[in-house]
Parts: sequence; C-alpha cells; structure tokens
Amino acid sequence: MADLINLFIDDVAVSVPKGTLIVDAAKRADIDIPVFCYHPKLKPVGMCRMCLVQVGRVKLDRGTGQPVLDANGSPEIAYGPKLETSCTTPVEPGMRVITNTDLVKRAQKDVLEFLLTSHPLDCPICDKGGECPLQNLTLTYGPGVTRFDYADKQHLDKHYPLGELIFLDKERCIQCARCIRFQDEIADDHVLGFYERGRKMQIETMSTPGFDSKFSGNTTDICPVGALTTRDFRFRARPWEITNVPSICPHCPVGCNISLGTRRSAKGGGEWEILRVMPRQNEAVNEIWICDKGRFGHHYARSQARLQKPLIKKEGRLVEATWEEAFSLIADRFRAANGKAAGWLGDRVSNEDAWLFGKLFREGFNSAQLVNRPHVAGLDLVARYGVGVGTNLGNLGQGDVVFIVAGDVEETAPVHMLRLKAAVERGAKLIVANARETKMDRYAAISIQYQPGMDTQTVYSLLASVSNQQSAISSQVAKFAPSDNKIKAAGQLIAEAQNLIVMLGDERPYPVMVQGQYTDAGRALAQACANLVVATGHIGKANNGLLPLWPHNNTQGVYDMLSAQGAEALSGEVKALYLVGTDPIGEGQNLPPTDFVVVQELFLTPTAQQADVVLPALAWAERDGTFTNAERRVQRYYKALPPTGQAKADWEIFRLIAEKFGLKWSFFSAEGVMHEIAAQVAAYAGLDYVCLAETKEEWPPVGTSSDLYFGGTAYDNRGGVGAQTKSLFEINGRSELKWIEPPPPSGQSIEPRRLNRPGTLIDQSAIYEVRLRAAELVKIEA
Amino acid sequence: MDKYVLLRHRDTPDIHKLSVYGEYTALQKAVTTLTPEQVINEVKVSGLRGRGGAGFPAGVKWSFVPKDRLPHYVTVNADESEPGTFKDRELMEFNPHQVIEGAAIAAYAVGATRVYHYLRGEFKSVARRMQAALDEAYAAGYLGQNVFGTHVEIQMFLHLGAGAYICGEESALLESLEGKRGQPRLRPPFPAVVGLYNQPTVINNTETMANVPYILNHGAEAYKKLGTEKSPGTKIFCLSGMVKRPGNYEAELGKISFRDLIFGENFGQGMMVEGRNVKAILPSGASGPIVTEAALDVLLDYESVAAAGTILGSASVIVLDDSIDMVWAAGKVTHFFRHESCGKCTPCREGTYWMEKQYQDILKGKATLADVQLLQDVAQQIIGKCLCPLGEFATSPVLSSFQHFQAEYEARATDAKKVVPAKAASAKAAATPTAAKTADTKAVPTT
Repeated sequence: MADLINLFIDDVAVSVPKGTLIVDAAKRADIDIPVFCYHPKLKPVGMCRMCLVQVGRVKLDRGTGQPVLDANGSPEIAYGPKLETSCTTPVEPGMRVITNTDLVKRAQKDVLEFLLTSHPLDCPICDKGGECPLQNLTLTYGPGVTRFDYADKQHLDKHYPLGELIFLDKERCIQCARCIRFQDEIADDHVLGFYERGRKMQIETMSTPGFDSKFSGNTTDICPVGALTTRDFRFRARPWEITNVPSICPHCPVGCNISLGTRRSAKGGGEWEILRVMPRQNEAVNEIWICDKGRFGHHYARSQARLQKPLIKKEGRLVEATWEEAFSLIADRFRAANGKAAGWLGDRVSNEDAWLFGKLFREGFNSAQLVNRPHVAGLDLVARYGVGVGTNLGNLGQGDVVFIVAGDVEETAPVHMLRLKAAVERGAKLIVANARETKMDRYAAISIQYQPGMDTQTVYSLLASVSNQQSAISSQVAKFAPSDNKIKAAGQLIAEAQNLIVMLGDERPYPVMVQGQYTDAGRALAQACANLVVATGHIGKANNGLLPLWPHNNTQGVYDMLSAQGAEALSGEVKALYLVGTDPIGEGQNLPPTDFVVVQELFLTPTAQQADVVLPALAWAERDGTFTNAERRVQRYYKALPPTGQAKADWEIFRLIAEKFGLKWSFFSAEGVMHEIAAQVAAYAGLDYVCLAETKEEWPPVGTSSDLYFGGTAYDNRGGVGAQTKSLFEINGRSELKWIEPPPPSGQSIEPRRLNRPGTLIDQSAIYEVRLRAAELVKIEA
Repeated sequence: MDKYVLLRHRDTPDIHKLSVYGEYTALQKAVTTLTPEQVINEVKVSGLRGRGGAGFPAGVKWSFVPKDRLPHYVTVNADESEPGTFKDRELMEFNPHQVIEGAAIAAYAVGATRVYHYLRGEFKSVARRMQAALDEAYAAGYLGQNVFGTHVEIQMFLHLGAGAYICGEESALLESLEGKRGQPRLRPPFPAVVGLYNQPTVINNTETMANVPYILNHGAEAYKKLGTEKSPGTKIFCLSGMVKRPGNYEAELGKISFRDLIFGENFGQGMMVEGRNVKAILPSGASGPIVTEAALDVLLDYESVAAAGTILGSASVIVLDDSIDMVWAAGKVTHFFRHESCGKCTPCREGTYWMEKQYQDILKGKATLADVQLLQDVAQQIIGKCLCPLGEFATSPVLSSFQHFQAEYEARATDAKKVVPAKAASAKAAATPTAAKTADTKAVPTT
C-alpha cells in the first residue's frame, strides 16, 4: 500500500492505509472499540455513539501549516473538546487515539445505560442470547446496574412480521439501522425504513409483499440484538446448543460457504435437524452474505418424503427391497446390457459421486454414454477459458469490465449480484446484454437489449468493435460490425479494460431435439463468448475469463469429472439406463427408449416412479464431498446429519455396485475418491481434503474471535476456503478461435431463469412456499 | 439612515409589492459590476454573522464552497422551528423581496443556479406571499435564465417542510429537502463541501439573507458601523413571554441590553402583570441555557451574551416572571425536546425520554432528592455524545434551571424536608407521602 498512515492507538503504533477508520485501525492493533451501528461492510452512520474515543491531532501552525513542536521537539498534540466517534473518523498522520481512559469508559457505560432503557432484557428467551453483541458488550463495557425504572419501559409489538420470513421484535430493536442500510447499500432493495421518530422510531417494511428481498435473511445475521429473527429459527434453540457444521450451499453455482446449525430437537422427534443456515465467511466467494433460498432451502434434507429404502418394481408397483436385492438386479441387467448402458447424471451431486459414476460406467458397465444437463452448453469452454486462478469479484474495481450476456445474475447467482454491485461502486464497469431488462441494468455502464435469439450476434458485434486484428475468425466477425453506438461504446470499454470477465448466461431459446441431436444455440453463444476473451487476450489470469451462470451448484464439477473419463453423448441403443439426481420426466422431457431404468434419488420423483429400481441417496447435509463452483473453486462440505433411513452416499452405492462386477475399489470415504480425482484430472491435480480445509485470515473479522462487529458463532470459517482449479489454458497455454455461425433467431420463447422457481428440493421448504408462489405469478416478458 | 434595515415594512407599507420595494439594485450591482469573489469579499468584510443561531460569519462560509465541483446550491433555512422565534416569518410575509434579493446575491456569489427556501410546514400562507414575490421577481427579470440581461441564471424555489424541529438543523434540512427522513447527517463533510444532492451547498438563515442587500447597497463599511465590532449589523429580537408588548424588535447588536428589550419604551414596555419581576429569561428559545434577572444588564450581542453563560442563538427571548414554577417550565421544554428528538442517536433518543420521565415524577410529587439528582446525571450523560447539536441543547434548560433554581427542585422532592431542618421535620416528611397517596386513591374513583 502506498499511502500508509502512522498513528498511535493507546500508545500502540499502528500503520494502516489512508482512509481507514479509527475503529478498523484499532482492530488491526487488537484493540477493541465497542460498536453497534457500525458494521465493516456498511457505510458508517455514527448513530449509536458507542464507539466514542479521545482523539488527539497534530497541532498545525496556522501560518505555515507545519506541526507545532513542543520543548522536546516532538509534535504537539491537540485533543478535541469532545469525544469523537471512532467509526466515522478516518485516521490522520500522527493522530493519537485513546480508548481506555475513565472518560471513554464512562461514555461507554453511559451510552449502554441509555440503550438498555428501552431494551426489554428478555435475554433468557431471546434467540440471539449467547451470540448477541448487546449482551456481550453490556457485560464487557456496561454499567452493570441501571437507574432506569423497569416499570417505565415501553412495550411494543414483539412478534411483528416484516415479511413472511422475517419477524421484528420492536422492543429489542436498538435503532442501529444496520438492516435498513444493508437493504439500501448492499442488496439495493429499498424495502426497509424507519417509521415515527424519537423513542417511537421503529423499523417498518415499505414493500408489498412485506420485506420483498432475496437477501432478507442477512439482516437477521447482522442485527446486533435479537430484534430480527427468521420464521425458520425463532424460538427453536439457543446458539450454544447448536453444532455449526461447515458446508456449501447446494443451490446455485456461486457456492456460498455456509454453516449448518444442527441440533436434536423435540419438534423433530428428538432427531438431528438443521435449525438454521448461516453464512460462513469467505471473502473470495460470498463474503458474509447468502440469499434467502440458500438460507431457507435446506428443509429437503429432513423431509418426511425422503426415500428410506431401495425400491424394486414388482408387478408394476414399486415395493421395498434390500440393498442386496437391488444391487443384484442392477448388476444382472447392466451386465446383460453388455455395453449398451447409459447414465444420466444430475449436476447437483458431488465431484466424488460424478467421478465414481463415470468410473463405474467405464470399468463396470463398459459404456461411455454419460449425459449431464444436455441443454447447458460451453462447459468445455469454461474449463478452458474460465476465470483464472486468484479470481475474486471483491477485487474488481477501476479499469475492470464485466460483460454479462443472456443471463440474469440476480436470479441465477444472487450473491454475485451483490458483489458486482459493490465492484461497480469501486469503479468497475458493467456491460449488460440481454433480451429483457434485469436488475443488473441498474449498475450497468452500458445496457444492450437485443431481439430474443440475437445474443450471439450481439457478442460478435461487440467483438468486431473491439478489434479488427487479423485472426482465424476476423473475416466472419467483421460481418457483424455494429452500427449501434451503444455497442461501439461497450466495445471501447472492453478495448480499454485491464481485466475482463464475461458472464455467460443461458437465457436463450431452449435447445430442441431434432433427429437425436440438440440444435444448440447455446453452443454458438458460448463459443462467441470464448472467442471474445481469447481474441482480446483476457484469459488465464486472475479476474479474466469466462464466468458462467450455470443452473446448479456443481454443473461444472460434474462436467469435469465425466469429461475427464471420456464421456460421450447418447448415441446408440440403450438397454439399461441409470439416472442419478435428475428428473427429466418431471421437467417435461422423455427418457430414451430402454428396457431397464435405475433412479438414484432423494425423492420419488416422476422419473423415479417410472423406474425399475429406485435407490435412496443421502442428501448433501448427511455426507461429505466437494462441489466446484462457477469460478471453478473446489469447496469441501461436511457431514452434518445422520442418514435418513437406509440411504447411502451416491459414491458408496457406485462402489457397492462395482463390487458386483468384481471390481476391487479401495474407496472407503469421499476423501479417497478425491485422491484419485487429483491424480487423474489435470485441473484437480494436487487437491486433497486437507488443503481444501485450509483457512486463512479473513478481513474484516466478523466471527466469534472478535465479537466487535457481530459475535455470530457461525461466521468463523473453520471448514476451509477451498481452492480454485486451473483452467486448461493455464495448464497447457493452448487457445484457439473457432467459428460457429450464429443461428438465426428461432422465434421460440425464452424462459427466464428464476431463483424461486419451484422444484423438487425447494418445494420441501414449506416456509418458502410464499416466495415460490409469488415467483410463479410474475410473468417476465422476453 | 432609515430606522430599519430588516423590518423595513414598518417604515414603508406594502413593501412586499415589487412596485414599492423598487428595483433589486444590490443584485444588479452584484451581477453587472462585481465578480463573485468581490461579492464574497464584501460580505466577509462586513462581518455579517449567521442569524440562525451559531453566528458563523456568512462570507467565510460562502468562501468554503469549492469552485471545481458544480453545480452548487443555495438553501435558505426558513424552518424557524425554535420555540419563540418568529422573525423570518415577518420578513417573508412583509418584506419578501429583501430576502429574495439577498438569496439571489448569495447564489451569484457562490455560483449557484438553484436556490431553495425551506419553510416550515405551517408557513402555508407565508409561502403564498413569498411565491407572489417570487413571481414578481421572475416577471421583472431579476430571477430566471438571464438575470438583469446577463448570463447569470438564478432559479428560486419554495419548499414546505412536514413539521419537525430537527429540520431546522442544516444537514437534516438537506435530507428533508432531498425527500428523505429529516435526520441530521454526519459532519464533516460540511454542507459547503457535500450538501444538497452531495453537491457544495450554502445554507443561511432567512434573516442573514435579508442583511445582504443592505451590505451591497451601502457598502461593508457602512454596515460595520451598525452594531459592535465583532457583532456588526442589526438583529431582530423576538420578544415573548410575560411581557406587555411581545413582538419582533430590530436593534443594533450590542446596543441594547435584556433590560432595554424587556422594559424599554420602544420595546417590551415591561412585564405583562404589573408588580411582577423577571424571574428567568430563555434567551434563545428552548435551546439556550436559562438566565435570571441577574443577566438583565447584559448587552445583546454574540460575545456579551456568551460571556454571561448562555447563547444569543436566534435571539428569541422568552421572559418568565416570578409566578412561574421553574421546574414546570424546564419540564415543559424537556417535553418539547423529547417530542422533537429524531431518534437517530442514542443519547438524545433515550436521554430526552428519561429526563421527561424524571420531570413527570418530580412534578407529580413522586420523586426523591435522588431522583432530582438523577435528572442532572442523565443530562450530564447526554452532553458531548450526541450526533447533532439538538441533543446537546436538550440538556441546557435542565442544567441551567437547576443551577439557578435548585431550591425549587429540591422543595418538590418527597424527602426534601429531611434535609433542611434536621430532626423535627423528618417524622412529618415520612408521613406526608402516605397521606398524599391515600388522598389520591380516594380521589380517583369519585371523580
């Protein structure tokens, strides 16, 4: 850092970058200054007055502007007449800050006594009790007794629903406005505000339906008291009874780090349950935020509808069977298929599952017909030109450009939206191209709206305006030279960009099967995006390359695993079909004609109902494994719950079937599978469960280790920050431009991606039903 | 010289009409013959101090506006929310052109093209008078695209508040003007650098603006001849309370004392009820420390009043006579501050509520000496910790009234008599509260 400022805090010399606030500078020197309204992720407001300190500044001579020196030749320090709020005051050279005098301690006691005059002190029944900044700071800095008559306390609504997910206890609120500021500054959903004034001032929702934000749950985390609680967790458990298990959100390709708060509960019949999901700090991925789907979409793991035992179809009905029966049947039929077997793998399963699935087909079933998400195109291109190692959206700023095409970041990868918005505020430029308006247009330097189906053409217009260098495709690209000034301006931005990330979405006409082949408009778009980053040289470096908006949490990882084993598309006759974690029939597709169908699932989906054998798999929270997110960061999740019924982990099922084929695999844990992956998949070389569990110091610190900002027990990252895999370009340095003629617009309608689209898993979260229904009602015109 | 610099309508009836007010000669002089720097310098030399309460030199404030960030704004604080202040209203109602001209000169001086007058919500009729004057000024070419045929553009707008004392605080005023909750902002940055819509903004009180045309018309030197050296010019004193003739009185700063203002023939003409004496003076509405008749001979300028331990503020002098119960009066003022606290910062939000609670107990006769002491402690606990000056102001009536009238507070304490005569009264005092309680409980059902 160029501009370091030296100052003294309680006689400790501190050196921090220019612009640092005193409260953060003190944190660097391990000096705690208590705060309530201040939060390192939010702009300071100086409302709570808890962080008052004595500030002395170097006295300057009015005439010369030079420091006045005392008898010893050191600069004279002038202390202000009043205490100052350390959360709003930036450091100055030579400043002396005092945080431990009687004057300061007295002020802290005074402010705490004031705060507690309107606080109900119902800590014994409060969800926050035990991890509550107000409670902690009162015990540390408070007066111990109050002179305020308890009978004079005001009584307000204690169960006020701000929305269907978040409740407000108006008595507990200390009016720090963290929630309002989060909604305004971070989420940009201006749905909360203050109502009334003075002591009557209270939080109110300003939207219909109430608290209409995809990020509402985060306010309960940053609330420094127990005023905001989720419908899910309120009155369920005390924080210290909860076991926090590090995990990765199983919904979208952001791969938010989360903590699963588990406990045995009476409501759950004495069984272990996930009581709450909270973000786990990883500044490179999700910082300290998660979306509401991630927070409330965990209920499927403990759903009553989960498959308990293997099922085998007898006389047209699925009946319970033993694992042995199921395995024997599967082995017989797949052996009989004699290589004419096919696998269809969903993209929610772990890397380890995908690897062994491929291995089972290769070594046991003697087939390479493996399909994952047929309508997702460009997986190979992302593997080659995906964002480089070291990518962190939190580092984007001045001179960086993000180009989003055919995608809605808010609906597909919500936490990316928060981080891109912040990047724009730091000076990064956003170019958004889509057939419809999305929330990202708010932050875009340039918004391009194209006719539906013209996505690829738009990318080439952009490329044509960026460079006219001779290349393998320059003659074809030149045909798309833009007349539109907006695209020219966007091209100019890209031409000047230091770093360029292209976010590739899939909001385009869905591919349709024609004569066994998918007509793949997405392929052309993905290639166009790849051409854009290759032609401009924005590949193989941190914060450069493709960042896809994949539909699920492990789309990329499953592809990596299958492609490394030479998976091929369905081509020939299929006599036996094995589906894992996917429900084509439920999604309105057809299964290829076949004699025998195995479905490995959590629930009896429409596809499972058609199966000959149904195998119960473990949910993500009941086992461990790794997911690879859209940035190709491999992240480890841990077992949080005991298994449901007789269900087994997917990889274990594959291993047991392999035994029937006489294969002696020595995998006894997911970790063992990762060893083989690391040895055989180039990008995953060197990864193991130990290095994936490595953590690093996160800044700003918000975990239990410092209860200054939050005091949350779930923020601390003890499960590892994961590791980003290299793109193929980073491994072998090979890149090429390839031309795929953009298909003409098909005239088909586009189904926009929706975060809250109902689905097999999210439907199990009853409390989330309102959101799902609301999302269904809103029709987005493309 | 005319008798009035500001309240000129008292000399010249119908001056609210442009035909009577005459041309905007000062504005014309400024835009046609002076550079903005020269105007700022003239105001600086005149020593004109802000009339809103803080008394900050207006010219200096204008010179803080950075030249490189456009646009600039001028905002005129006509919120006039301090209890006992009613001078801006009279100016705007009866001499609006002088206010408009002054604001226009300020706009020219700081390079602003937009001027907003922030009037308190109750000033609907005042706003109509101001709007009529604005319309006349526009029609005459004194405002608009090309002021006096030059390329100077000055557009002026009125905005009515929604009824909050805090919106008289300049940063809360800006928030309110922007359409947000009226709550004060953090300072620094000051409005002169980051003000309305995050742009450099000059905020001055209406009365300050009304002084400006005089300075340009007659020169800074002529202006400095009025008043004292450090507090030049004339000031409107808002006299109210238990006096015979309350109202606005314009006088040179430092030339009259409280006694002149209250008893002078041309001023208040003495107490409302003959034979009663001045007991206390609230020299700047609710927010200044209370003084007693001992301060009667203090001259009314910023320095002399400050030397007497209080503030001149907006010079809204409220006079209380010796029939007034000071505990009740201070409690009343505290009630006002509790009601008007915006709630943004903790000490003011909770502290004003607590102080009012203490007053209620004291006034109901339910308080002990310890409770009276607690009231003082709470006030001390607020001082120096608030986000804006309002919270600090809330403590001054409490502490100053206690300082001057401690006996009245203590006399209301239930255990007061225990202290004064050592032994004899103690038995009686112990009996009294019980007696009072029984009386109360009996009284309630029957009434």
